[in-house]
Amino acid sequence: MPLLEVTDLRTSFHTRTGVTRAVDGVSFSLERGETLGIVGESGSGKSVTCYSILGLIPQPPGRIEGGSAVFAGTDLLRCRPEEARALRGKRIAMIFQDPMTSLNPYLRIGDQLIEPLLIHERLPREEARRRGLAMLEAVGINDAARRLDLYPHEFSGGMRQRVMIAMALITKPELLIADEPTTALDVTVQAQILELIRRMQRELGMAVIFITHDLGVVSGLCDRVQVMYAGRIVETADTRTLFHAPKHPYTRALQRSIPALQAKGSTLYTIPGLPPDLSRPVAGCAFAARCEHAVAACRGERPELRETAPGHRHACPRAHAGEL
Amino acid sequence: MSAPILELRDVKTHFPLHRGLIFRRDAGTVKAVDGVTLSVKKGEVLGLVGESGCGKSTLARTILQLLPTTAGTVLLGGRNLTTADAAEVRAARRDLQMIFQDPYASLNPRMTVFDTLAEPLRVHGVCPAEEIPARVHRLMERVGLAPRFLRKYPHEFSGGQRQRIAIARALALEPRIVVADEPVSALDVSIQAQILNLLAGLCREMDLTLIFIAHDLSVVKHISDRVAVMYLGRIVELGTAADVIERPQHPYTKALVSAIPVPDPDVERTRQRLVLPGDPPSPINPPSGCAFHPRCAHAVARCREAVPPLVPAGPAREAACVRLGEI
Repeated sequence: MPLLEVTDLRTSFHTRTGVTRAVDGVSFSLERGETLGIVGESGSGKSVTCYSILGLIPQPPGRIEGGSAVFAGTDLLRCRPEEARALRGKRIAMIFQDPMTSLNPYLRIGDQLIEPLLIHERLPREEARRRGLAMLEAVGINDAARRLDLYPHEFSGGMRQRVMIAMALITKPELLIADEPTTALDVTVQAQILELIRRMQRELGMAVIFITHDLGVVSGLCDRVQVMYAGRIVETADTRTLFHAPKHPYTRALQRSIPALQAKGSTLYTIPGLPPDLSRPVAGCAFAARCEHAVAACRGERPELRETAPGHRHACPRAHAGEL
Repeated sequence: MSAPILELRDVKTHFPLHRGLIFRRDAGTVKAVDGVTLSVKKGEVLGLVGESGCGKSTLARTILQLLPTTAGTVLLGGRNLTTADAAEVRAARRDLQMIFQDPYASLNPRMTVFDTLAEPLRVHGVCPAEEIPARVHRLMERVGLAPRFLRKYPHEFSGGQRQRIAIARALALEPRIVVADEPVSALDVSIQAQILNLLAGLCREMDLTLIFIAHDLSVVKHISDRVAVMYLGRIVELGTAADVIERPQHPYTKALVSAIPVPDPDVERTRQRLVLPGDPPSPINPPSGCAFHPRCAHAVARCREAVPPLVPAGPAREAACVRLGEI
């Protein structure tokens, strides 16, 4: 049985200007210990997918319209709030892009760090503090005993992200959801943080969902990747297949726009046009308007995510038919 | 490419720190830029890379004289800007323009695109008032924005479109040099490529000199002719873009290049990574000698003694490391 099974998740936002279908029928599953990368541009629904699973979507204006997300036997979308709370922060943890806004500036690092232990494991303070100290050392913070009593503003960006990771991992979760945890960091610090996530994952055997727009980060970290566009999954495969034999035109276009893969001085490949406005439902494939391979049929029916090789699914009918 | 259009000679920009509200005492100095010598040729694209806090943005602001220079000279076409009076600096800004990182913060939300683009033309009185609309139209076309957007406000645009407006504003005065401070860092990959293409095209068409600041080496390599790598206020390596990034010589540049994730899982699985320990040191209390030595795998006693100067390290190549030949 997979650790997490998401089926037909649909989340929309109801605002004065209309209904935005941010996540529109997303299904995927995750095994224990597996690392799944979710890739897409801003607005593709990658963060909203994970926020929905964790019940972090403000409702209203957000609304989970349907679907299920079963984590170890519990449907996170339908269970009672106290059941979700018992899982969240203990068996499922999350880290965010911006460590400054996700740490409380008024609380000492130590107090924030051990909060999950006090709440979920009801440990006595001294015991929790001991575990907090060990965790801070494990994520590579020097002089940890003194730093427990400092405030977030006294830490650098990379150190804050380490604190966030320590806080997420202190209850030894089975699933870690990381939402662009290295986007705000320098490449050198990014390399440190990715190394840390890899090591902690090996030690704790946890599953990781890694949300990013950087294909480079995905290639070194993830077992499997799914590419999202306009609230839907357009392609999913193991990392090697996705990089070496991508099928969906959007995945290919995304790969072609990476500067590192293009000759110096040449004009960089760009995807024409803009992502669609999700408050206006598109008939057919949402990428058709920007796709160089689009034919009339692409604008007719919504393409299905179909498995074309074991573990490789994509939603391009022309690729299904072997035309691309 | 011929004579240098911009020359920096031993430029230093320091910020004094104070303690106490009433009895202000000196509490040290942040040496954000600490002795940069650099010359930029006409029509060249110079990439400036380094981690946050290395002084690259301070250097950009120093070049534009948005910050007072502590020591050294900034020569624009032979004219020394550091000793120029306010009117002269303002006149020099016609030749020297800047594009900022965050297109959400760098555009005035209360000004329409037209007003934003017309303002520099009015301030500098470059053309009679009746010619302004036609000029603004041409600017819009030049950066790929439809003239029907002229009456719109910044909030009505996406990030990529806003950056186009910021670029148009920088080009309004037909400057000779544009300094772009992380112009694509806030954008998605696909939009990033559009803006890079636009900048590269503009440089070719307008014979523009561009100083391109970024922390993403693959972007810098793509657009730049030469690259300067900064660490803690100083340039540690300088050379042609491909040369520096494919064959880095300074241990810091090596670590920086090694930290870039490669979008190929086979390469990622097999390659050797150099993960730098720790954070960059504080520019208030920089380490003695080579500022990189506490994080450097090759550091020896010599490295702690004196600041290594930039020395020739091959054709059109300089690096600041005393152990260049040994490592």
